[in-house]
Amino acid sequence: MKPTAHAFSANAHRALHDRTLQQALAKAGVGFVDKRRAAIDSLPEFQALREAGKRIKDHTLANLDHYLLRFEQQVMASGGSVHWAESPEQACAAVLDICKQANAKMVAKGKSMVGEEIAINDALESAGFEVVETDLGEYIIQIAHEPPSHIIAPAVHKTRGQIAELFEKLHHQSGLTRPLQTVPQIVDEARQVLREKFLAADVGITGANFLIAETGSTVIVTNEGNGDLSATLPRMHIVLASIEKVVPTLEDTSVLLRLLARSATGQEITSYTTFFTGPRRADDPDGPEQFHVVLVDNGRSRMLGGDYHEMLRCIRCGACLNHCPVYSAVGGHAYGWVYPGPMGAVLTPLMVGLQEGRPLPNASTLCGRCEEVCPMSIPLPKLLREHRRQEFAQRLTPPRARWALAAWAFFARRPELYRQATRIVIKLLNLLAGGKGRFRSLLFAQAWTAARDLPAPQGDTFMAQWKQGKRS
Amino acid sequence: MSDSRAAILARISRSLAHEAAADAPEILQRIEAHARGPQPQWEASPRERFIEKLEKVVGTWAEVASKENIAQAVADYLAGQNLPQRLCVAPHPLLEGITWPDGFQAERRRAVGEDRVSLAVAFCAIAETGSLVLLAGPDSPTTLNFLPDDFLCVLPENRILPRMEDAWALLREERGAMPRATNIVTGPSRTADVEQTIQLGAHGPRRLHVLLLQGGA
Repeated sequence: MKPTAHAFSANAHRALHDRTLQQALAKAGVGFVDKRRAAIDSLPEFQALREAGKRIKDHTLANLDHYLLRFEQQVMASGGSVHWAESPEQACAAVLDICKQANAKMVAKGKSMVGEEIAINDALESAGFEVVETDLGEYIIQIAHEPPSHIIAPAVHKTRGQIAELFEKLHHQSGLTRPLQTVPQIVDEARQVLREKFLAADVGITGANFLIAETGSTVIVTNEGNGDLSATLPRMHIVLASIEKVVPTLEDTSVLLRLLARSATGQEITSYTTFFTGPRRADDPDGPEQFHVVLVDNGRSRMLGGDYHEMLRCIRCGACLNHCPVYSAVGGHAYGWVYPGPMGAVLTPLMVGLQEGRPLPNASTLCGRCEEVCPMSIPLPKLLREHRRQEFAQRLTPPRARWALAAWAFFARRPELYRQATRIVIKLLNLLAGGKGRFRSLLFAQAWTAARDLPAPQGDTFMAQWKQGKRS
Repeated sequence: MSDSRAAILARISRSLAHEAAADAPEILQRIEAHARGPQPQWEASPRERFIEKLEKVVGTWAEVASKENIAQAVADYLAGQNLPQRLCVAPHPLLEGITWPDGFQAERRRAVGEDRVSLAVAFCAIAETGSLVLLAGPDSPTTLNFLPDDFLCVLPENRILPRMEDAWALLREERGAMPRATNIVTGPSRTADVEQTIQLGAHGPRRLHVLLLQGGA
């Protein structure tokens, strides 16, 4: 998809005034946060698991080339193939090749964030294949022609009424006219429509939460069972995975699984955790005849060992989104690309360029909740600050902000001048406020005063009070 | 494509300042150690824990005294759910030679789109999370686990292991290699994609019923 991250400000403004979106976001936010809290409180070992998980990822990243080769070797030993792609274009080309060789017509797709990243659906559709998203949330946004707004709950921005409307419009054409008022009615209709697609598909595409070097297995974690049907019924299974997904062993995977489900949905484990290893064996009664893994780099090998290295530990649980005050207010679409929230604000500038993604690292108060809840202890605020630093260094910051910063730096480097200047400004503001203690509107602060009053400073500066001995 | 493979690996190796090798000693040792992470602890027996967690994810269960009673337990379940006496059955040794009640249609095969009910045998279970482990193979078609509305699964009681890591140890010991699909199944299929409301039976089974076989296989 074409990124609109550069327009974050306008996107966010629209989102804040979208009442339906605000309704949907209000419903979603608390649920995720409370469920995660409860799941973690009932597992005393969580902190130890978190440290173990971080160690696993750090070790794997420090030996990433070894583990990728080991993984490839094991996939081939189990009868599958591995395709390496440096860019989204190469990844899409690899998938198209496989589909063409199989004379495929229809592709059933399980949820894959890498799939979104490389825009695989557009590539398949342009090449004439029918693609059906089978995860309910992904299906909803596919028929709405929208990108996901959350990495684990892609349709979290849609209300039941909007979903029913979408279904009625599309499914009526195929003769389905049952009422769609309740959640069970909606889910049942999707089940019926998509069941036929599963049975007719020639190719199943899934993502991967983990790749296991020990066994050459790819792991998916789902609740609906759609990933498993996509990987079992069609004659070919293609796995899309980014290179940092590899972990050493089954035991390491178990540690990360305990962290993932709790951080994401507050579950101890999802309904289905599946390990795929190669195509169907000679005496297997079902399963695909071919098993392909497409390993996508798309900038990750460049992140390794660099300023954003720690972002490679991310296991895509979405906890940082759920706990972010900015995400909770504007939703995922405002971020203007595939990955929203704090993790998206770090990844998007790396993948689409800092010029395009520039507003995202700035759309944060750096409150630090994201780092607090991250199961992989990724220092997200530090990485956001690093983006800001590079933005300034590359002179991408708009002139007005640069001048303001330069002016502030001038005073900050001269403490006595700084103190005198703040004293004057405080007196001036006090005067302007006319003793009311607040401003209903103020020049240069309209963005603030449009929504609420700006408090006027009370009394003297902090330093002046300190000198006068007011220390409590 | 091989160019991109070389380019990606070269970039990684350069950054890590070593030569890429699938058999680098530091990773082989690490893999072969199969070291476990922190293990969650609890008081209950594996059986008690398994049942507690299974019920928490809305799975149901019944006790079966011996292999001879499996048919009756299945018949009871189907009657209770008001389902027709038709099911597809995994071609598993444990389910061989079962005498089904008159009028029962039990076919030993993979599942297809029309199947409403299936019966399989779990490789083992994980007490920690109330999960069943099923291994794809001639005796356990994967389609049985996902296509039907009602998934019935026989679990020999002595195959309830404490944790996932114990399942990996057993798999290595008994099978040596991973099957095409290893399914860890915890309750029926569910979705929360419509307004975060949990709804069972999204794409996979609407109900999961475990037949706990006493004394083991």
